[in-house]
Amino acid sequence: MKRDPRDLVRYTAGERINHWIVGISFILLGVSGLALFHPAFFPFTMLFGGPTWTRILHPFLGVLMAVFFVFMFFRFLKNNLMRRIDWQWIGRIGEMVDGSDETMPAQGKYNGGQKLLFWLLALCMLLLIPSGILLWQVYFDFSVEARRWAAVIHSAAAVVMICLIFVHVYAAIWVKGTIRSMWYGTVTRAWARQHHRNWYEEVTKS
Amino acid sequence: MASLDIQARSATTTPSPGVRDYPDVAKLIDISKCIGCKACQVACMEWNDLRDVVGENTGSYQNPPDLDAKSWTLMRFYEVEPEPNRLEWLIRKDGCMHCADPGCLAACPSPGAIVKYSNGIVDFNQEHCIGCGYCITGCPFDIPRISQTDHKAYKCSLCSDRVAVGLEPACVKTCPTGAITFGSKPDMIDYAVDRVRDLQGRGFKNAALYDPPGVGGTHVMYVLQHADRPELYGLPQDPTISPLVELWKGVAKPVAIGVMAAVGLTALFHYITRGPNAVSKEIEEDEERKAKEEQQV
Ligand code: HEM
Ligand code: SF4
Repeated sequence: MKRDPRDLVRYTAGERINHWIVGISFILLGVSGLALFHPAFFPFTMLFGGPTWTRILHPFLGVLMAVFFVFMFFRFLKNNLMRRIDWQWIGRIGEMVDGSDETMPAQGKYNGGQKLLFWLLALCMLLLIPSGILLWQVYFDFSVEARRWAAVIHSAAAVVMICLIFVHVYAAIWVKGTIRSMWYGTVTRAWARQHHRNWYEEVTKS
Repeated sequence: MASLDIQARSATTTPSPGVRDYPDVAKLIDISKCIGCKACQVACMEWNDLRDVVGENTGSYQNPPDLDAKSWTLMRFYEVEPEPNRLEWLIRKDGCMHCADPGCLAACPSPGAIVKYSNGIVDFNQEHCIGCGYCITGCPFDIPRISQTDHKAYKCSLCSDRVAVGLEPACVKTCPTGAITFGSKPDMIDYAVDRVRDLQGRGFKNAALYDPPGVGGTHVMYVLQHADRPELYGLPQDPTISPLVELWKGVAKPVAIGVMAAVGLTALFHYITRGPNAVSKEIEEDEERKAKEEQQV
């Protein structure tokens, strides 16, 4: 839906569906995983039909997320390659945090922070998938020592990823006019011009 | 029936019901007296009403080949030469050691699925077990086994049901040579000291008690002829809970909660102090002007 014919398309329906599948499975994974990580979160197991169901479902949700994360990774890869300008932007991230990004180096579809997040999330998944499989002892039989490493890596990578997603979600809430790009795919021209000047120029040229 | 003598409970951060306090018990297994008859293995099956599948003979008396959800104790047979040309047939009754500092309990994520009673017995409550297998990663002795049928973890209970009513464990009751004895832990240590002295007098210079301090001592102890080399019996030299498990189940938990809370609160306070990052009026008006111009053309 375009609220205004001049709005710019930022995400196709396919991209949005892909992102929502990853997002929902991530939340379910985080909640079910935390339930097994710390007794303070154990009551979350009730959201999944009890503790045994939580243990059963978590890895299958992991497979779902892993598959769709890989699709999303390749879909968004091209726009997330780091360039020198992105490192410069990250070097001045303090200005962004202060809320004055208009004076910062002009950005393409994604700014340096978003690109860095993309790569950090990919790294977390790269750690979570194999370590999760090592822990999946119903179907796999790895050595005890390998599973000890996997438990440490899996829980550490999960906590880092949860923190990164907090930042990701907060950024979307903080920068007004962003969330609609994940609901109906478009952003206003003013939004694009303020936050992603190079992208704005590229897509409004024609 | 409630147990009121619980010293530690898995995934529980508040004190457990512990008004009753009993002295530490221990089972002492004197390997030098064991003849490998497996009466204890049979007694364990019988008392706990377990029937493992009948296995195959693989050229050793060891049968079944490994501990199992249905075989909580197992005689392990080792043919070794502690000195060249001196064959010894070492037979060790394997099973849960009932550690004072149990790694299984530390690793378990399900509240109350593993408990340690004040008398030292470590027991699994299968009705609370979720089948994750974390106890296996916690155990330094590779003891718990997950059943392939119900996906719950099982191991030796030290016959906690028998001990609770003043009986000795079934294996102790049945041992025909007196290789397995049961009593208070101090008594068992005294008895072991005598046995060690006797063995040393018979030429086993390195005989000693195996009560590994790395796990706080155990409530199943061995008298070993070659205690300097426990690996001859398939026992770890200096068992401890793996540092990886200590990290995962120790500092990682509060640190993780602290970091997640800090990130969440920082975001909230950032919003409150900086306000939203909205599109500037100037750019918005400029875009509106451009839109009007385009319409006029
Ligand atoms: C990518 C595929 C994934 C697979 C195959 C997987 C698999 C597993 C398995 C097998 C366990 C052990 C508990 C159980 O058996 O259910 C586990 C625990 C856990 N998972 Fe995952 N997982 C995956 C992704 C994730 C993600 C994306 C997160 C982050 C939100 C996550 C967070 C956790 C946490 C926090 C634990 C608990 C660790 C602990 O007990 O200390 N997992 N995972
Ligand atoms: S030997 Fe293993 S299963 Fe038994 S109490 Fe020690 S850690 Fe737990």
